Amino acid sequence: MIIEIFLAIRFLREGRGQSLLILAGVAVGVAVMVFLSALIDGLQQRIIGQTLGTQAHVVVRMPEEIVRPLLEPDEGQRIARVVQEPAQRTRSIVGWQRHLEAIERMPGVEAVSATVSGPGFALRGAASRSIVLFGVDPARYDTIYAVSQHMHAGAFAPSGTEAVIGIELAADLGVEVGDRIRIATAGDREQTFRIAGIFDLGNRDVNKRWAIVSLRAGQTMLDLVGGTTSIDVRVHDVFAADEVAGRIGSRTGLSAESWMQTNQQLMVALRSQSSSSQTIQAFVILAVAMGIASVLVVSVVQKQREIGILRAMGLSRQRVLRVFLVQGLVVGLLGSSVGSAMGAGLVIVFANAARNPDGSPLFLLRLEPPLFVTATVLATLVGLLAAVWPARRAARLDPAEAIRHV
Amino acid sequence: MSEPRGKGPVLEMRDVRKSYGEEVKVEVLHGIDLVVEHGELVALIGPSGSGKSTLLNLLGLLDRPSSGTLRILGQDVSEADDDVRTHLRAKALGFVFQFHHLVPALSAEENVRLPLSIARGRVSDADVPRALELLGEVGLSDRAKALPRQLSGGQQQRVAIARALAHDPPLVLADEPTGNLDTETADGVFELFRRFHRERGTAFIVVTHDPRIAQRCDRVVSLLDGVVVSDVRNGHAKA
Repeated sequence: MIIEIFLAIRFLREGRGQSLLILAGVAVGVAVMVFLSALIDGLQQRIIGQTLGTQAHVVVRMPEEIVRPLLEPDEGQRIARVVQEPAQRTRSIVGWQRHLEAIERMPGVEAVSATVSGPGFALRGAASRSIVLFGVDPARYDTIYAVSQHMHAGAFAPSGTEAVIGIELAADLGVEVGDRIRIATAGDREQTFRIAGIFDLGNRDVNKRWAIVSLRAGQTMLDLVGGTTSIDVRVHDVFAADEVAGRIGSRTGLSAESWMQTNQQLMVALRSQSSSSQTIQAFVILAVAMGIASVLVVSVVQKQREIGILRAMGLSRQRVLRVFLVQGLVVGLLGSSVGSAMGAGLVIVFANAARNPDGSPLFLLRLEPPLFVTATVLATLVGLLAAVWPARRAARLDPAEAIRHV
Repeated sequence: MSEPRGKGPVLEMRDVRKSYGEEVKVEVLHGIDLVVEHGELVALIGPSGSGKSTLLNLLGLLDRPSSGTLRILGQDVSEADDDVRTHLRAKALGFVFQFHHLVPALSAEENVRLPLSIARGRVSDADVPRALELLGEVGLSDRAKALPRQLSGGQQQRVAIARALAHDPPLVLADEPTGNLDTETADGVFELFRRFHRERGTAFIVVTHDPRIAQRCDRVVSLLDGVVVSDVRNGHAKA
């Protein structure tokens, strides 16, 4: 065994009480880090999962219509005029098939789906409900919203004059799979649809207002034959949605909006949650580092004489330095191993204790190896860095002085 | 005494001075000349404050002379850097201190092995037999696994002597090795010095207050107020 490691371990074992205390300190610190990270990660994954359940990562639309005045004032001129903002009518994306293919081939894009959507009414007998009518290609649409995994009854494959509606809308209209409803849209278009399926996407508003039909039926109902109003995009990395949206926008000239823009408040909340968790972790790391450093400084003072003897016997300054660096390293490594296990235990206990009213866990349990690797590497590094100052003090000790010190 | 272990003196000091302090300089050693040949057993005596410890620190390469030259095994170390002096300490010198100064975290055997471990840069089982042999020679075979605090003062000092000799250095420096031992134990410890000196040709410089110990050395160097006031060999004045 290399002499530095041998001496470091013997020194740590000799100061058993001190070593155990600082090990416990490091372990608690690492446990807090692991617990906090796992908790915040799990919480955020769940919130994002819920939010994105009924939203595309990126939605591509025609840019909004703007007014272009015919006459612009020259230098020094003024024109008295009244500009009326235009009403935004439902417009089809020009050449959407071309755009769809182009977007599908872009890096970072996982799936795309063309949708035609607009307002309408669902009618049955005396009941009428205002709805959002979606005309979609079911197979493509499902790759983005996974509706088929949230079916309450029937299947998600509307074709011809079939419709799939939300569970609350079905209840409002008193219909089940196989029943018929009428759907009416602007311009007095009206068509009878058979209910092919009822979905529950976990969002009350969606369940109450959404009616999904085939793309062709939707196009007919909304008077946009051959057109679509939006292209929905699913990306690989949800946090890269902004970038992908930017690329789509500049490539196609269409308006591309990411879920992050749509949910800015949520993003602010998530970010501040992350940064407060990181701040807490930074202070924990600092406290751990100071703990390690102070224990090692005390140890250097206590071991002055031994350091002096070892130096007198020909142990070089560099080796003395490394004896104390290794101690920091060992404390960091051992402490973080114990701490990782403690943190994992805490997460499991907490995840089992914290449940939603329906008994489902409030947190997604996320105990991923990278978290432990990061915590361990970080704590070991912190141990090493915290040992630098004490180690340098030890290496600088004057052996003659240190030996005299009885 | 066995055959000398090398050519030339093991230690050579010429007009060595040492002063302390920045603003007010206090000279502790005023031009010491001292030559110790291989295999000599030298007692260094003098009252407290005579500069014995300072001289020993210079000889042990733990401190540097303010002026003058110091050669160990013919190598001038007065100006040598820390690495050279550290290396030379590991190779050429053995230390026995008054307060034993064993490493408390290590067993007797590991303490004895320490100079070999330092020289190797690692702790090796290959050095165990040598350590056990030395412990046997100082009569502590059965205490090899004991920690220093489990040993009596005399036993600790014997372990320290075994440790000083582990790497077979040509020169061993001993600072009041019997200073806090009772007479009988002190005699036993000093007997070890004589034996190693006889059998291995190791040179010893023993700082002592004890006239009985000094009498039994080959040569007695007396220090007073930072000067060598007498240097007597075999009971006769050398110069």
